[in-house]
Amino acid sequence: MAQVEFRNVGLKYHTVTGEVAALTEVNLTIKDEEFVSIVGQSGCGKSTLLSLISGLLKPTTGEVLIDGMAVTGTSKRVGYMLQQDYLFEWRTILDNALLGLEIRREKTPEAIAEVREMLKVYGLGGFEHYYPPQLSGGMRQRVALIRTLATRPDVLLLDEPFSALDYQNRLSVGEEVVRILRERKKTVIMVTHDIPEAVSMANRVVVMTPRPGTIRSIHKIKMCDEGLTPLQTREAPQFREYFTAIWKELNADA
Amino acid sequence: MPKNNFSPEHERYLRHLRQKAFLVRISQLLLLVGFFILWEVAARYGWINAFIFSQPSKVWNATIRLATQGGLWKHLGWTVGETVLGFSVGTFAGIILAILLWWSEFFARVMDPYIVVLNSVPKVALGPIFVVWLGTTITAVIAMAISISIIVTIMMMHTGFQEVDPNKVKLVRTFGATKGQVLRKVIIPASVPTMIAALKVNVGLSLVGTIVGEFLASKAGLGYLIVYGGQVFNMSLVMASVLLLSVISVILYYGVTLLEERVGRGGVRETHSA
Repeated sequence: MAQVEFRNVGLKYHTVTGEVAALTEVNLTIKDEEFVSIVGQSGCGKSTLLSLISGLLKPTTGEVLIDGMAVTGTSKRVGYMLQQDYLFEWRTILDNALLGLEIRREKTPEAIAEVREMLKVYGLGGFEHYYPPQLSGGMRQRVALIRTLATRPDVLLLDEPFSALDYQNRLSVGEEVVRILRERKKTVIMVTHDIPEAVSMANRVVVMTPRPGTIRSIHKIKMCDEGLTPLQTREAPQFREYFTAIWKELNADA
Repeated sequence: MPKNNFSPEHERYLRHLRQKAFLVRISQLLLLVGFFILWEVAARYGWINAFIFSQPSKVWNATIRLATQGGLWKHLGWTVGETVLGFSVGTFAGIILAILLWWSEFFARVMDPYIVVLNSVPKVALGPIFVVWLGTTITAVIAMAISISIIVTIMMMHTGFQEVDPNKVKLVRTFGATKGQVLRKVIIPASVPTMIAALKVNVGLSLVGTIVGEFLASKAGLGYLIVYGGQVFNMSLVMASVLLLSVISVILYYGVTLLEERVGRGGVRETHSA
């Protein structure tokens, strides 16, 4: 159970030459177990939204709430996946997957057993003692996902998680990640500038305006509610309509 | 080479590579042997003044004499000992100071101009000061060796720390890592290659520091032998010491390379304790 809420959130960056309004008046509620994609041009502050939920940044005005509680710092309830896997090359696959637990001092024998099980389930069974450079991009991304899931977050933040993969892998890893996240009933917020990716995975797509970023529109994607996988959604007849509508909106701002 | 079922073309390619490598080795060896032969011949036929330039056979005799009655091992031991000590302390203290600079950006900004100045000052100029403060002792020699290696270590390591991918730091911060955890889990393990590079530079620098230190303040060691030999115009002793010095520097450098290979083979472990 986790619901994320932005209440009138604004954020300003300060530099020597002046201040920059990155976000202004963001109001958004992401429901429990919902998958929301956020699209917008570069620099519209969409990644900043994730940093606010994760507690790495604090809003200048307004507040961010998880289940009604204001976010004040990093929280065990939130897991963050960055644009690349950032697996540490000096750690084995297993040790990489255990990184989050280790930092939170929760590396119990049971937790380790659970991570090993996850590695096995997601096709990394024989690779526990390999080092990251020995794995393919798709496998590494799965390790990164397991590293995030290992700390049992309720809310997952994905910051263009597939951008480092080639197109073929992007589709298959995306398909897999969505399946895993639905299975585990996570609330997911994904930032991307790939419109098809945003539409194919999400219950709702949020379109942001250019800086200072705020919400321009929200598109409800009915395929996801019907339980279609990303690949099935891409083949649905309405897919193109969603794509065109969102593309036009983003293009109007360019 | 065991049979690997390679095609004849591939065998030919491999043989070509091996021949080339062999040729390089042979040429390197010939260059060295040729140099010594030319030196010896030139001295014997009086093309060069053997009193000033010495000659390989005399250098060899001087080495033997050192080994049998001149305390060769004592001198080698002093130089190697002082170098290793200066090198270890300089590197270790340099890394600790670099960590402090990384820890406090304020401290780093305050120290910046001083480090730049200390880096550009020729540390050898400090030699006489160490001698006055510490006397003509081994301590003065080691202080010289440390002073040459420590500033470079600080600068190399601090730069290395700052160049660690900020996204790796962000990753552990999303898990709620403390500053100490960022240091232990990311900064230090990610900087191991920089550390090895610093060690490699420091091996050479510490040797420079030790020799200069011995010039000024020692009654033993290769630096002392070189100065002594120069003063009594025993050029064979000087040449022998210089050649021994090159052998030592190669061995020390090779030692660090061995360490690098061990670390490179996945031997890096983080400072444990979660």
